Amino acid sequence: MTPPLLSLQGITKRYPGVVANQAVSLAVMPGQAHAVLGENGAGKSTLMKIIYGAVKPDEGQVFFKGQPVSIRNPQEARKLGISMVFQHFSLFDTLTVAENVWLGLDQSLSLAEVTRRLVAKASEYGLDLQPERPVHTLSVGEMQRVEIIRALLSEPKLLILDEPTSVLTPQSVEKLFLVLHKLVSQGCSILYISHKLHEIRALCSACTVLRSGQVTGVCDPRQETNASLSRLMIGAEPPPLALTPHTPGALVLSVRKLHLAASEPFGVDLENISLQVRRGEVVGLAGVSGNGQRELMWALSGEDTRAEPAVIEMAGQPAGHLDPHARRLLGLHFVPEERLGRGAVPTLSLAHNLLLTRGEALGAGGWIRMGALAEQARGILARFKVKAAGPSTTARSLSGGNLQKFIVGREISAAPAVLIVSQPTWGVDVGAAAQIRAEILALRDAGCAVLVVSEELDELFEISDRLHVMAKGRLSPSLPRADATVALMGEWMSGLWPGNTVEATHVPA
Amino acid sequence: MFQLEARPEASKSWGFASPVLALALTVLLGVVIFMALDKDPVRGLQMFFWEPIKSAYALGELVVKATPLLVIALGLAICYRSNVWNIGAEGQFVMGAVAAGGVALLADKETSRWIVLAIVLAGVLGGMLWAGLVALLRDKFNANEILVSLMLVYVADMVLSYLVYGPWKDPAGYNFPQSKTFESVTQIPRWMSGSRVNVGLPVALVGVGLAWVFLFRTHAGFAQQVGGLAPAAARYAGFSSRKALWVALLVSGGAAGLAGALEVAGPIGQLTPYVPAGYGFAAIIVAYVGRLHPVGMVFSAVLMSMFYIGGELAQSRLGLPKSITGVFQGLLLFSLLACDTLVAYRLRWLSGRA
Repeated sequence: MTPPLLSLQGITKRYPGVVANQAVSLAVMPGQAHAVLGENGAGKSTLMKIIYGAVKPDEGQVFFKGQPVSIRNPQEARKLGISMVFQHFSLFDTLTVAENVWLGLDQSLSLAEVTRRLVAKASEYGLDLQPERPVHTLSVGEMQRVEIIRALLSEPKLLILDEPTSVLTPQSVEKLFLVLHKLVSQGCSILYISHKLHEIRALCSACTVLRSGQVTGVCDPRQETNASLSRLMIGAEPPPLALTPHTPGALVLSVRKLHLAASEPFGVDLENISLQVRRGEVVGLAGVSGNGQRELMWALSGEDTRAEPAVIEMAGQPAGHLDPHARRLLGLHFVPEERLGRGAVPTLSLAHNLLLTRGEALGAGGWIRMGALAEQARGILARFKVKAAGPSTTARSLSGGNLQKFIVGREISAAPAVLIVSQPTWGVDVGAAAQIRAEILALRDAGCAVLVVSEELDELFEISDRLHVMAKGRLSPSLPRADATVALMGEWMSGLWPGNTVEATHVPA
Repeated sequence: MFQLEARPEASKSWGFASPVLALALTVLLGVVIFMALDKDPVRGLQMFFWEPIKSAYALGELVVKATPLLVIALGLAICYRSNVWNIGAEGQFVMGAVAAGGVALLADKETSRWIVLAIVLAGVLGGMLWAGLVALLRDKFNANEILVSLMLVYVADMVLSYLVYGPWKDPAGYNFPQSKTFESVTQIPRWMSGSRVNVGLPVALVGVGLAWVFLFRTHAGFAQQVGGLAPAAARYAGFSSRKALWVALLVSGGAAGLAGALEVAGPIGQLTPYVPAGYGFAAIIVAYVGRLHPVGMVFSAVLMSMFYIGGELAQSRLGLPKSITGVFQGLLLFSLLACDTLVAYRLRWLSGRA
């Protein structure tokens, strides 16, 4: 039997207060696509950084081709033949594709030589890339291709991919998988990190499951069911959500022909956006991020007040010119995608963070009644099952999922007429995600109008009554959930809905 | 070897211990400096830490200098907590003094005692005006408030010089660049007889209370600080960053102007080119050593006042240069910045392993 290409034995890494990896062992065979499956915070990324030399383990040994190795930095990892494509790209926006690739390579090569190799490599794998384009004009999917090409040019024996599909349309995912299958057939090993079960099953022949830093199982994912994999991953299966159909009520939030030029460089112009949300319905907004969702949220929340007053109407009143506070008085509450720094002030206590959007604990003249404030915070912690020491804990010390539960709880307990939620379960563990989705549905059943923006199609299918897709600053027509399929949504994400004239250059399928 | 390791949460106890450790380091470095200058370190330290508190008179002088430092630092703390970097309190102090002096010069023998209120008010408005210029330039043209406020210090110094060398020069002053001595009705009332301490002290202490309530018990104070801690969160909540800018600068300018008025109508009693004594700059150190906390700044203002008095005594009794005051202030600030590392990090001893 051939020795594994890479094997880890007893890897332990401790951070203050947490053990990121505890006695983790893992073996990747040559030419094998090996999945590392786990929730957010399970320790996947730390483990990959250890393999790539970016983090030093406290205990344990790494073997490469059977030899014990100590990888001190990414340069050494690359010399051994290990390449990594990170979830967050490390590209220079102002340089061209070829220049970016050149920067990461042996400096003795000329730019022309690098360009030639890049084009050759790209055509070998059917990746289409224009080497002279500046990176800031590329879509996210294209940027990822640049990262992948850069990794492939070093002829890796092991390619590590960290959640590569989170930024792609379903069609782009298929293209990526073709490339990865080809790599595997040529004998390259792949370590594929994800929490998406169907992807792992489509690509990988082996899987190591992590939970709270420990290995909970090694299996062949093609032999397992979703249920058995999620049992390994989270210990239990999340209960299915009950989406009871009912007729939506009165119109609460209406946007009519919103045009808004981008307020920052590389922002997206909003073009002709019309949108209606009624009482008792969840409207989902799908799309690859960076297609104007951020700009639309600013305009809806009141963080951007440049829209004409009558273009955005809240409960029949013109609201385009109102600031976030005034819109909250009309019943509009908003959960932003950035939790720390926008949805919450990292260094302040949870109780004080309530004051960002809630005023129940304020007395005359804006006097803060500390007792009432702490009591209100305790109520939210208990009702939304937030794991925190108490109201005086700082927001920053909470895990992503717990802080999200707190922020969602803060806005839901205000009994809003309209709730807008951006990326409700980003970076949130499966248990907390299920709870947040259930809370959103309960609010809908109580008669609230809900608008959810998400990159996860599965999530939108689970909770939305109707769906829109955003592409390049434009909004597709609305589609009932029953008519929405992954394939159709994917086409629309590229801007190819009936009647749209501008194809999204952002997302080439 | 030692390694710095990030703490999961900022340490509360080190927040208090860091200024104390910084003071200890300052004393230690002070001893080294005295020894390097061939002075007896014990006598040197005595000048700074014993002489200023050894008698009722000395304590009075200590308070006289600590009061303006505290008043200015209170305003600066609100400013810095809002992420607005006004480092031109010195200029606002001078303009407060000029405005207050202008009103005081209007007084004659028959003027009512109430003119003191007008003097103080003029001082506050003078400081606000000077800081308001900074706010206006930042608001309208996005001009950097650090540079603008600093440069306006030198403009304020020039305005003061112009007045005391020109229109406001005392005709009977043997051509010295100074105004008439103010009429005695303009004197800020003494707090108790026999000491130079005036009502500036209770004013400053009330200011401590007001600042504490504003920062920690009112929604306005909360909104003001969110803009400093997380600008995107302030925008999300709907707290206006323009309002925060204006409030921060007007409050800190007004406080510095008030201190200026209390100085010229108090211990100084006339306008001279020596009104700017560096209080506006020293107050920045006071604010930071006091952790931008109203109560903490009471202690740091007293400490900084000790350095002022100690520096003067070291000049006259030990023959040390005047810059020794600045050296001590700087040592304290830099020690504090170094010690503050321990608030967010802890030292860990690594045995053998690299």
